[in-house]
Amino acid sequence: MAKKVLIVDDEPNIVVSLEFLLRQSGYEVHVAADGEDALRQVQAVAPDLVLLDVMMPEKNGYDVCRRIRARPEWSKIRIVFLSAKGREAEMTKGLSLGADAYVTKPFSNAELVARIGELLQERGAPGGA
Amino acid sequence: MNTRGRLLAWIAGLYGIALAVPTGLGVLLAAGLPEADLAALMRILEQRTPVLVFGALLLLLAIAIAVKSIFGGHVDAARELAEQTRLIRSTNAGLQLTARGGELAGVAAAIEELAGAYRELQRDSESRAAEARSRLEEERNRLAALMSELTQGIMVCNAEGTLLLYNEQARTLFAAADANARRPLVGLGRSLFGLIDRAQIEHAAHRLERSLERGERQPSARLVTVTAAGRLLKVQVAPYLGAGARLAGLVLALEDVTELLGRETQRRSLLQLLAARIRAPVANIRAAAENLAAYPEIEPQRRTQFIDIVSAESNALSVTINDALREYADALKAALRLEDVRVTDLLEFARLRIAGALDVATELEEVDDELWVRADSYALVQAMVHLAARLRDEHGVRKLGLRARPAGRYAEIDLVWSGKIVAGDALTHWELQPMEAGAEQTPLAVRDVLEQHGGEAWYWSEGVGGLRSGGFRFLIPGAERAAAAARVSGFAQSRPEYYDFDLFARGALPAALNEARLAMLSYTVFDTETTGLEPSAGDEIISIGAVRVVNGRLLRNEVFEQLVNPRRALNPESARVHRIDAATLGNQPAIGEVLPAFHHFCEDTVLVAHNAAFDMRFLELKQASSGVRFSQPVLDTLLLSAVAHPSLNDHTLEAIAARLGVSVMGRHTALGDALLTAEILLKLLPLLAERGILSLGQALEASRKCYYARLQY
Repeated sequence: MAKKVLIVDDEPNIVVSLEFLLRQSGYEVHVAADGEDALRQVQAVAPDLVLLDVMMPEKNGYDVCRRIRARPEWSKIRIVFLSAKGREAEMTKGLSLGADAYVTKPFSNAELVARIGELLQERGAPGGA
Repeated sequence: MNTRGRLLAWIAGLYGIALAVPTGLGVLLAAGLPEADLAALMRILEQRTPVLVFGALLLLLAIAIAVKSIFGGHVDAARELAEQTRLIRSTNAGLQLTARGGELAGVAAAIEELAGAYRELQRDSESRAAEARSRLEEERNRLAALMSELTQGIMVCNAEGTLLLYNEQARTLFAAADANARRPLVGLGRSLFGLIDRAQIEHAAHRLERSLERGERQPSARLVTVTAAGRLLKVQVAPYLGAGARLAGLVLALEDVTELLGRETQRRSLLQLLAARIRAPVANIRAAAENLAAYPEIEPQRRTQFIDIVSAESNALSVTINDALREYADALKAALRLEDVRVTDLLEFARLRIAGALDVATELEEVDDELWVRADSYALVQAMVHLAARLRDEHGVRKLGLRARPAGRYAEIDLVWSGKIVAGDALTHWELQPMEAGAEQTPLAVRDVLEQHGGEAWYWSEGVGGLRSGGFRFLIPGAERAAAAARVSGFAQSRPEYYDFDLFARGALPAALNEARLAMLSYTVFDTETTGLEPSAGDEIISIGAVRVVNGRLLRNEVFEQLVNPRRALNPESARVHRIDAATLGNQPAIGEVLPAFHHFCEDTVLVAHNAAFDMRFLELKQASSGVRFSQPVLDTLLLSAVAHPSLNDHTLEAIAARLGVSVMGRHTALGDALLTAEILLKLLPLLAERGILSLGQALEASRKCYYARLQY
């Protein structure tokens, strides 16, 4: 069974590319356009990894991250921040809130896929793939 | 009892005695006379009654004439002599005595001899004083020249924010581009807070106090302010030390940085801004482009979609770059406010502010004393107060701890509390609200402050069950320990052109202005020239001149002088007095423009004019049309002169000037008369003090009484 990745971003132009890229890489891809939607989908889909944009209206990426980390049953979900803000302070904040990686935009598709692969590999095979 | 009453009493008394003597004698003679003789005597007296009455009346007349002449020649003359003698001692040693003839002539001559000797003595000590003064003056001029050579503006204020010193550069920095515009004024005795935001100054003063307590040498603080004319000033604030090395005032060095913004700084901030905004669109383009390259077998529909993304995002990017170029100037201003601050200080201020504004107890825990951050400490403290207020109001948090420790290139500052669990999203919400702390409000949000610092903040919690604690963590870029800032060069030794350090001693004015001491008040002494004498009949002001008197000193370079277009024909007679022609006035602003500027010049001072009722009447009639009201207390030198010399009758400007030894120059221009009136005011104040009139309230009361006395007269 393919691993599940949830893309959370309010910018359709990046979502289109990420969705295509991750499908091509063999993942089951889900998409959420904002923070609330993201939490609903985490509940419904139980993804293995969440690609989380920081800057979103209403509930931002940091809030979503904190909500996920607050639930013990979701502690195994990998969280990767995707952010247009590249300052050290924001990266520190993201990692402090419990993210596994912080990727700054723009990024290389190949490197992102490799990073995601690494993170899901470390986990072993929770879904039994 | 007045002179007239005493005169009558004397006459009545002497006349009584004069009648009593013969009457008494008669009674003594008659006592014991035989019956027949007494009857004969009574008959004789009855027959001679007209003669007796005539004699009595004659006696009355003689006594009245004698008493009157003695009074005129001696008593009145003696009183006048006494007053003039006092004047010789206090004000004008060269005064000619008017007492001539009579027994007093000798006394007057003796006094004049004494006055001569006194004058001699005075001249002697004056010449010595003048010598010392000229040496001082020379020194002062040399140092004033030095001061004006400085390119920086310099201002010194006392603990109340009253200006004690400034140089011409400082005045120029705050001058408006448009000369008629209302602007804060630089002047001795004026408030610094009219020029620079009070909260900013107080914040700087607090920081300096802290540094002094710690025994730091040459502490200083920096702030950036925008003038009314829109100039951006960088201000360096150093303490002015009083007794016991306490902060007695502030020395401010000002620099106009509006145009001095270095190109390097501009490029750097432009880059930062661009970097932040181009990352996302470039990411979109790159992801799409890499997909196109990596998967050549992609279906046509997908391919078109990716190509469209690349094209749309590149367009958006060029718009972003244009916008960024436009906005970079604003970002620069924000960046300028950052300075190197010791975290201990920062948290100490935060503590004070939180305690003061919110009544929330705070405690400093685990603070690294050598930790420094690059921050706008004022804004950052505001952010902390805002969060503390939200915690208190929404979660009842009444006790906060403050911690700080280094974290790589950053400083980690924690605002912690225990017991209450706050939803993590709360901060996200609170940091977007406009900050509010007590009465203070700003359109800025905590998020703006963090952005400006290049910092971040988030909520964390630890512990389990009932023993949880949590906090807000601020991550603020660190800084090297600030190097001691350069002192304002030459300042300690030099004497600038505009200063009055005696103002240091002056505390805040008493709450009731009435109790303020006359000698310590700030006055605006003014005069108006008008088209005629009847404002109600359409006469108008054509010129206003005014000068400031502060702390007993006439400030000749703080004047107001403005001709006014009266918008009516000039009366040839008054034109002869003031020698202003219609053509000159035609180009001048109208009274509606001039009065607001004059009103602003007079702010927080007592108004003084000679025969003030006349000038005030003109101002009051313009109240409605100009929209300004002169509600401050008004003193009249005419009335004050009458109070100081009640027995003298001539209180024209010329007569007072002659009496008090003030030389008259430049009369009949508004400014010339204002200067003369101001000098007279300064001479009158000590005379009033001798009569026990020390406070403004007493002077106003005495003037009022005197005014009515003169009306009745």
